[in-house]
Amino acid sequence: MTDAALPAPAHDAHPTSTGVSNEKLGMWCFLGSECLLFGGLISVFLIDRAKPVLKGPKVSSLYDIPFTSVSSFVLVMSSLTMVLALAAIQRGEHRRARTWILTTATLGSAFVAGQVYEFTTFVHEGMGFTTNLQSSAFYALTGFHGVHVTLGIIMLLSLYTLSLRGKLPTEKSETVEIVGLYWHFVDVVWIVIFTVVYLIKP
Amino acid sequence: MTATLEPEHIAPPDENAHRHPSDFEYVKVALVLMVFTSIEIFIPYHFEVSGIAFVIMLLLMATKFGVVTAFFMHLRFDSHLFRRVFFAGVFLAVFVYLIVMSTFHLFGHDSVTQPLDERPPIARYTH
Repeated sequence: MTDAALPAPAHDAHPTSTGVSNEKLGMWCFLGSECLLFGGLISVFLIDRAKPVLKGPKVSSLYDIPFTSVSSFVLVMSSLTMVLALAAIQRGEHRRARTWILTTATLGSAFVAGQVYEFTTFVHEGMGFTTNLQSSAFYALTGFHGVHVTLGIIMLLSLYTLSLRGKLPTEKSETVEIVGLYWHFVDVVWIVIFTVVYLIKP
Repeated sequence: MTATLEPEHIAPPDENAHRHPSDFEYVKVALVLMVFTSIEIFIPYHFEVSGIAFVIMLLLMATKFGVVTAFFMHLRFDSHLFRRVFFAGVFLAVFVYLIVMSTFHLFGHDSVTQPLDERPPIARYTH
């Protein structure tokens, strides 16, 4: 396997006062601040989940764990394809990078489609956004995550278009890396949501 | 403005930056994540998620979080500065929201499910 013999190159030194890319540092700062946003939403959900439900069904009684588990596997796989896209573009394999980027976007779309299906089912079961505190907190948390995934898909499709037009040479592979950081963060947030919200029940 | 920096203000290349893993290593990392996720899904189906099972679930979650950030997000191989910036956000979020949740008596106290007049004074204002 030639890929194993040719690991992706390390980052070049950047002519900045920190020695690292400003764009990448900016993305890491943004992701650090996003932890506070999602931390707030998760906390509100946990607090509201502990309260008695006055109207409508409890959120946990509607979960379809096998279905959500498949969605989680899909998102983990999309992280793998994203990192493979980055490795490919760093080696100058643009066609392969485009394939992996498109695969990542497709897996992300499958995840969002799954979330839309889940929300639709919940609404049909009588749990709307304003039914009770739990449902509001649940939709706010998972909805925000879904919006992040959707934004990630838009960024991936933009990368694909740039690469098709030849505007994403190997020297600009950092653009793919920065979008990749955002994508992996979305995966990391789902890892927490899946365990805390879906698997650990009160 | 990187173009106008004087040479004496430019930091030397980061000695902590290492080479990234190969494609095969990334696949192995993804397989590890899948195994951990499978164990996480298996536990609630066969055990009550409390005590040891609860701790194991949280440890698995934290390990998956760490593996993705270390390998897929390259924190293990990149500059330590990125690690510090990101985990400052993570730890600040955990710290702040643990305090918020304890203020709402979420841990070891079921005051939120108690009748209003039986709750401690602070919890009467949190419903």
